[in-house]
Amino acid sequence: MAVVTGDQGRARSHHAQAAFLYRPEVRQAIYQVVLVVLLVALFYMLIHNTASNLRKQNIASGFAFVDRTAGFDVSQSLIDFNSSMTYGRAFLVGLLNTLLVAGLGIVVATILGFVIGIARLSTNWLIARLAAVYVEVVRNIPLLLQLFFWYFAVLKALPPPRQSLSVPGGGFLNVRGLYLPSPVPEAGFDLVALIMLIGIATSIALYVWAGRRQRLTGQQFPVFWTSMGLIVGLPLLVHVLLGSPMSFEYPELKGFNFQGGMVLQPEFLALLLGLSIYTASFIAEIVRAGIQGVSKGQKEAALAIGLTHGQSLRLVVIPQAMRIIIPPLTSQFLNLTKNSSLAVAIGYPDLVSVWSGTVLNQTGQAVEVILVTMCVFLAISLITSAFMNWFNRRMALVER
Amino acid sequence: MVADTDVAANIEAPPRNTVGPIAWIRSNLLSSWSNALLTVIGLYLTYQVASALIHWGLISATFTGADGSVCTREGAGACWPFISAKFAQFMYGRYPEAERWRVDLVYLLALAGLVPLMIPRVPGKFWNAIYVFVIFPIIAFFLLVGGVFGLLHVDTALWGGLLVTLVVATVGIAGSFPLGILLALGRRSKMPIVRWVSVGFIEFVRGVPLITVLFMASVMLPLFLPPGVTFDKLLRALIGVALFAAAYLAEVIRGGLQAIPRGQFEAAEALGLSYGKKMGLIILPQALKLVIPGIVNTFIGLFKDTSLVLIIGLFDLLGIVQLNNADSKWFSPTTAMTGYVFAGFVFWIFCFGMSRYSQMIERRLAAGDRR
Repeated sequence: MAVVTGDQGRARSHHAQAAFLYRPEVRQAIYQVVLVVLLVALFYMLIHNTASNLRKQNIASGFAFVDRTAGFDVSQSLIDFNSSMTYGRAFLVGLLNTLLVAGLGIVVATILGFVIGIARLSTNWLIARLAAVYVEVVRNIPLLLQLFFWYFAVLKALPPPRQSLSVPGGGFLNVRGLYLPSPVPEAGFDLVALIMLIGIATSIALYVWAGRRQRLTGQQFPVFWTSMGLIVGLPLLVHVLLGSPMSFEYPELKGFNFQGGMVLQPEFLALLLGLSIYTASFIAEIVRAGIQGVSKGQKEAALAIGLTHGQSLRLVVIPQAMRIIIPPLTSQFLNLTKNSSLAVAIGYPDLVSVWSGTVLNQTGQAVEVILVTMCVFLAISLITSAFMNWFNRRMALVER
Repeated sequence: MVADTDVAANIEAPPRNTVGPIAWIRSNLLSSWSNALLTVIGLYLTYQVASALIHWGLISATFTGADGSVCTREGAGACWPFISAKFAQFMYGRYPEAERWRVDLVYLLALAGLVPLMIPRVPGKFWNAIYVFVIFPIIAFFLLVGGVFGLLHVDTALWGGLLVTLVVATVGIAGSFPLGILLALGRRSKMPIVRWVSVGFIEFVRGVPLITVLFMASVMLPLFLPPGVTFDKLLRALIGVALFAAAYLAEVIRGGLQAIPRGQFEAAEALGLSYGKKMGLIILPQALKLVIPGIVNTFIGLFKDTSLVLIIGLFDLLGIVQLNNADSKWFSPTTAMTGYVFAGFVFWIFCFGMSRYSQMIERRLAAGDRR
């Protein structure tokens, strides 16, 4: 019985071999080794090919080109730039322009999106329908098409400077852009600004103190009105008392163009309009879903304990809706930032247009330029999501 | 019985001010002063937009003409003859005129497969799907590219207009779907290296704009390949778009996988199903059904993003409209606007149609959950 014949032994060892291959750990190890080998081979091939291709085209790799003179001008820049400055400086100009349009776009899109999202839930049938039409039309048309529309069909079709359309408040709109009065601070304005800063700091302290007091004693403090007084009222009072140390420089038509004031270029306007209007339609849907996601009982309970309609929205519904809204809102902000790269199509000098466009064409350093562009966008994405995740954790439901 | 009829006879009609159109207007438009004010603002807005649209598109529009000069008069609206003159270009690009029947035939074959597939009542879904996903792509490829069976070879550089938009979108969708499922499964895998590779790919692609991916596909891909090997420009864009969409799709599908209860995985394992069968027969059908809205949204996004290929020099619908807007023969102040409105309308039809269809399917699939 206990004797094992040769045949049985062979079968058993065969069986053991098969069983060895069927063990999950062994299989997983094999799969992973195969994947690593394939990836290493792929990367080796890519790097090898790229290196030999670059050698053949006589392109030196590396970042030495960053210090060379750019030799081109940029139409809009937040920092000093001219053609005698370096490619590195041009990169900075593009990055700042991207951040500017993305930052402003996020603010405008959020406001517009919240208004339209709430309008979609309005009890007024007509308003709700109009908001729905806006959302369905805008989000089903490509952003690039909308940018072209605003830039080529609207802003570039405006009249020349001499027949400018005037904008209320001393501004002018023409084919060269939107001309607005620019503020000119005079002696004494520093004091007003300082008082406003102090007002903001005091308001924050007041907010913290009032919150703590309400938790301890239940007494409320009119934080909003006091803050408004500190931030707006007091500086305004000082401003008037000092004899208005701030004047406006108005744009004036001289010859063929406007002088003075400040100008928002049509490229910038078109990009800002397109990005905000497009992203707002997505934010509106997110806001609607968030508000609808708060259970009806919460609103009814808030009304039952005597809160007004506005209070119930502000104190009960919106804070809970924010928990649903924030994660998708974050990805919309990131989308807007990434979409700002479409600037290249209408000639706004953003990062992609200046750096991956002009600089790449002039230097031919495709690998370095594209890698840097991707790294910048990755960094912006990671920083934004880290911040929004932190914010989201603060807002999240605290459970046992 | 007598009591019953008495009760029935005594049921009063609802008060006159709670039913009917007047009551509807009162409760939906004029329920309070602020509401009435909103209604007035809304009516004013509607009137302004509608009258501007009708005036531009119909009343002051131009309908016939041979060039842009007919649209240059003061206060002219839409320049519709521009669209009718360029319509063939918008649809086919520079595809040779004598060969355009091939494109039409592909559209017809696609419709013949898609329409019965999309109507839930039509039987034979299995063979229908085989046709749409296996047979049709092969036929379409040979019909469009040509070079065999006596068909003239048409270089992809000549393709354009709606044809390129549809080719990029459908190949992008077809290519990104399997890759997206693989990446989603990879991200949920127990094998650390597979997981890291998937996470790395997904987060990298989601973190950068599509333009940079397309730039990479058009500028860097030639550098990556061995010297002498060249790639078709359209194919490069297709690879870029498919890889990009796959990363987004993977995240959507991962959401579905996470929503499947553990018991389903354990039950499938307890039955002795292999990994492939467990996923293919038990988990994925449930997970994909859960995330249909997300998948369709990704596809709508992909369809809209196809317009970006114009930046790397391909002429999709928007690209060809943009190109023709600059045609000096049709120069007029309203040419550009007319072209964009037309292109926007075509894009809108496709995207809106897709979103409505997905809502219909969603309701159908949710029928089992409503009990």
